[in-house]
Amino acid sequence: MSDKIPVTVLTGYLGAGKTTLLNRILTEEHGRKFAVIVNEFGEIGIDNELVVGADEEIFEMNNGCICCTVRGDLIRIVEGLMKRKGKFDAIIVETTGLADPAPVAQTFFVDADVGASAKLDAVVTVADARWVLDRLKDAPEAKNQIAFADVILLNKTDLVTKEQLEEVEARIRGINPYAKLHRTQKCAVPLDAVLGREAFDLERILEIEPAFLDDEEGHAHDHDHAHAHGHHDDHGHDDHDQHHHGHEPKGNGGRAKAHSHGGLKHYHDEEMQSVSARIDGEVDPEKFMPWINELTQTKGIDILRSKGILAFKGEPKRFVFQGVHMILDGDLQRPWQEGEKRESKIVFIGRHLDEAAIRAGFLACRA
Amino acid sequence: MSAETTIPENFSLTEHVTSFAFGEHISGAAFLGDIVGFALGDGRVVLHDGEKSRELAAHEGAVQVFAHDGEALYTGGDDGRLLRIDVSGTIETIANEKGKWIDAVAISGAGAIAWSAGRSVKARDKQGGLREIAAPSSVRGLAFAPKGYRLAFAHKGGASLWFPNASSPPEVFDWKGSHLDVSFSPDGRFLVTSMQENALHGWRLADKKHMRMTGYPAKSRSLSWTHDGKWLATSGAEACILWPFADKDGPMGKAPRECGVRRARVTAVACHPKALVTAIGYDDGCVLMCRLTDSAELLVRRASAFTGAISALAWNRVGARLAFGTAGGAAGWLDLPPLP
Repeated sequence: MSDKIPVTVLTGYLGAGKTTLLNRILTEEHGRKFAVIVNEFGEIGIDNELVVGADEEIFEMNNGCICCTVRGDLIRIVEGLMKRKGKFDAIIVETTGLADPAPVAQTFFVDADVGASAKLDAVVTVADARWVLDRLKDAPEAKNQIAFADVILLNKTDLVTKEQLEEVEARIRGINPYAKLHRTQKCAVPLDAVLGREAFDLERILEIEPAFLDDEEGHAHDHDHAHAHGHHDDHGHDDHDQHHHGHEPKGNGGRAKAHSHGGLKHYHDEEMQSVSARIDGEVDPEKFMPWINELTQTKGIDILRSKGILAFKGEPKRFVFQGVHMILDGDLQRPWQEGEKRESKIVFIGRHLDEAAIRAGFLACRA
Repeated sequence: MSAETTIPENFSLTEHVTSFAFGEHISGAAFLGDIVGFALGDGRVVLHDGEKSRELAAHEGAVQVFAHDGEALYTGGDDGRLLRIDVSGTIETIANEKGKWIDAVAISGAGAIAWSAGRSVKARDKQGGLREIAAPSSVRGLAFAPKGYRLAFAHKGGASLWFPNASSPPEVFDWKGSHLDVSFSPDGRFLVTSMQENALHGWRLADKKHMRMTGYPAKSRSLSWTHDGKWLATSGAEACILWPFADKDGPMGKAPRECGVRRARVTAVACHPKALVTAIGYDDGCVLMCRLTDSAELLVRRASAFTGAISALAWNRVGARLAFGTAGGAAGWLDLPPLP
């Protein structure tokens, strides 16, 4: 439904720059009106009558599913905001630095009233280039936020060296290779990099590929807008670009888990990782549906996000699903086109995932 | 309405409806004597006497919650203000919870008022004595007991009964889950809440015995007791669901009744103040009147694709008029004609 209000969730550890991004969104000339749900008043730099304070009231649904938590305050506020329908075009939810994005996201799938009036657009995570590696070690919340993200702003890039930046980015990619990543200073990104992403819209899940391939384009895009950085531009764009495109392997600092393919460094995070699997052909829905349900029911606490595009046996349309923990949303979407290869792909991002078991389970669903 | 008359087929009340278009969500409607008041999503309150209307710029932002006592309207806004608005259009500010929304408001028959903003619950008695208590979570439902200065508030994990003028802590009625609206049965024997899950929960006050009222396909957010207190009419299904409360055990072990079954979800219910008749509003904008004794139905307002769900529904004191409003900003009232 196109008249559902899109909701962007801003996460990021304390001090990463969420409020900077929020202020940027609110002050930019874009002609759009936002309702903003924040946790702390007073940090927003401009007057906006539609700024609402929230309390992050998380509760479990009474359905026996312990990871099925929702934000009660969000349900109340979205319901209230709908009385002002037509006065704003989108909702932005700023979470606290220690927040798990899952209850926010789940609210839009679990509460039917909220789901009927609003739709989750994307989870945008702001990460501090200088400190995020430390946080990934000592703050499980920070790792959750990276793993959960559809869009990651790797912010404050001016405070680290090029080598450090490469390292940080590789570390983030080791956790979440699928998010769109933008290197930023003062969260300077074009608004369409963070808004209107439709990351949870089944119709818009067109392909599932690690975002490494997108990075060149993504960064080039950033640089188009780099004039906003002002005096931070000392490094020079060319240097930055070349550094990135050159795929120059950098010293991996003795970290045993790093290795490189064609110049790009790859890391494997011990705790949080992504698992993808592909079947070069069709799957049997009679096998796949029970398997995916069983997997998400039993391992849903550890699976933060899931996505898949599947060719069901004899089905002319693509089956697309996405999930948050135990909650799955799937449907038949556009037809497989002539000449398009009928193949089936799934991806999970989660904690301590049993890669071999997931692969074997999926491969057993082959039609 | 009380006699068991046979209503002829095709009899409709739609020609007896006076209609308005406000273009804003109708947060509440109520009669103050011959005046009808509508509270709107842009903060306006409109008073209409059938010929001319008066618009009051009451709130900056939406009217979120609404109550009335027959003499005045009480509106709570997302501007944090709680207002009393009388027939003359005089606005009195009762509270200003700066930076918060007013999340619930309740009026007692004896001149007391209560409101909540986040976890804070406040009660003001007729003499103006103000008391505050912190609830375990945000409070979206408040109700005064039919007798005595006692307030129920719904919260995460149940509901609490509080004597604002006593020092004793509130009495807690537990039930796992998040509780939204709360209502006392008119005889004061039962307490009922609506829940985040598609269910109602009830307690018999005497022994805290539980009553689970489940089976709804959606949240049940509109509750109305019949004038005799024997039935609780509820929204949330593709019919008005009525739970029997006449016996000492309430609805325990009993099946509810349904009336006004349609292929649209009920979003508002309002029981007639004198007869066993319930007005039922649906998410397609339709309004029916349903007589409980024989389930006879009368059409008040046709479904409309453009005006949204019925969001407000209220009888006047004597039950001769019915006001309604929709989420899309349509409103009106029915002057009940003598029935054939």
